[in-house]
Amino acid sequence: MLRYFYLLRGTPARWMPVFAWVAIDIVLWGFITRYLNSIASSGLNFVPTLLGAVLLFDFFTRVMHGVAGVFLEDVWSRSFLNLFASPLTIPQYLLGLVVTSTVTSLIGLMVMLVLATAVFGLSFFAYGLTLAPFLLILFLFGVSLGICTCAMVLRLGPSAEWLVWPVPAVISPFAGVFYPISILPHWMQFVGKLLPVSYVFEGLRTIISGGAVPPTSLIVGGGLAVAYVLLACWIFKCVFRHAVRTGILARYSAESLS
Amino acid sequence: MMAMELPKATGTCVLSIRDLRKAYGDKIAADRISFEVSRGEIVGLLGPNGAGKTTTINMILGVLQPDSGSIHVEGMDLATCRAQALGLTNFAAVYAPLPGNLTVQQNLRVFGLLYGVKGLSERRNALIRQFHLEKFRHVKCGVLSSGEQTRVALAKAMLNQPHLLLLDEPTASLDPVAAREIRSRIRQFAVSGEGGVLWTTHNMVEVQDVCDRVLFLSHGRIMLEGDPKTLPDEHGQPTLEELFISVAREPLTLERT
Repeated sequence: MLRYFYLLRGTPARWMPVFAWVAIDIVLWGFITRYLNSIASSGLNFVPTLLGAVLLFDFFTRVMHGVAGVFLEDVWSRSFLNLFASPLTIPQYLLGLVVTSTVTSLIGLMVMLVLATAVFGLSFFAYGLTLAPFLLILFLFGVSLGICTCAMVLRLGPSAEWLVWPVPAVISPFAGVFYPISILPHWMQFVGKLLPVSYVFEGLRTIISGGAVPPTSLIVGGGLAVAYVLLACWIFKCVFRHAVRTGILARYSAESLS
Repeated sequence: MMAMELPKATGTCVLSIRDLRKAYGDKIAADRISFEVSRGEIVGLLGPNGAGKTTTINMILGVLQPDSGSIHVEGMDLATCRAQALGLTNFAAVYAPLPGNLTVQQNLRVFGLLYGVKGLSERRNALIRQFHLEKFRHVKCGVLSSGEQTRVALAKAMLNQPHLLLLDEPTASLDPVAAREIRSRIRQFAVSGEGGVLWTTHNMVEVQDVCDRVLFLSHGRIMLEGDPKTLPDEHGQPTLEELFISVAREPLTLERT
């Protein structure tokens, strides 16, 4: 975590992914929702439905990219040999990735909240106390995907980095970010129900339409998120053991695997 | 990271390796390697390219799992007490520079925290002075010359006052003056009795200058062991370099002595 703090302090460009891209997203979707509000004859307010969904999905994306990004800094600087020849344990390493991502994601979330609220009138009071479990589910799933993609890069080599960034986009059609998953084909609905994030966005739409989120929905989404975190940690541990057994870890510093 | 409570030094043996074996498919990189390194001793690990030197070092560092055999650092089994054993170890290698996007001071602080070094600020400042890195304190490691980067890597290797110091060709890219200075620092470390050193190198002059004992590795096996000053005569060779070449060319004709 200290290393990433030094990198952020020393390179202003590294701040861009922390808040700039998500801020641009909020501005873009903020004006889209404003335009839709002006032309829609139904009187539906698109701000909490669309802009709120974008904000929450961007938070999830920021968490996931945050975990993977810190790991990739170690890949790019070829630090694995120095890091893992130290007393540092795998749980400590993963915790460092998660804590660093938490801090940067919260900064991004604050920026998004300020913009969305001050400029476009998004009120998070509309979501009530369920906003907290929503954010927790998104955070946990983002962490699990981040750790999984780290394991993927560790296993496949630095060139697999390009598979990391599109993961949230690949998930988004199944997650029902902007539409209920009931309109999807059956097989996509099945995949969607396996994703914790879909329960968040279904819940979001339920609240906006004046309903109450079923507690079971939050329990299932939260349970899935926790399970995926544990699974991701197990996968990373297995991949790391494979890397130590086969010598990939040592060669990450000596040469590129791609 | 919390500072670790490390056990006090016991006995003179800081590293004990028994029947270490590692194979990559059909290629045997390390074949039942056994040796020890004592406190205050500098052991040179020599051998042609592909002999298994770096494989051995990586297994001792815990970044490569042996197929069989045991590694004990100050009596602690690396397989079961990994964090504690590695807390007593450190290393520097030409192919493992410190992150180039951090300054010298930042790198030493980060790694000092990883090793749980107590009194880190004082220790870091002392090492910066000892390795003449004062004017590079706030310079990013990536822009330093190879000699300067080597000094930073060695400073990092000394952060936790290791009981076992592993050096994989530390002077490979250095000019003679810089190399001699590095050798002097390593010799001081060993003479002070703080720990033992395992050093791989291709420089025979360096070996004779610094090492108390050498191990010749070839095809994953230790072929010869002894005092680098007397070993050539014992095997009818005029110099250590000639002995090295004969080991590299005809390893099977030699017995470990």
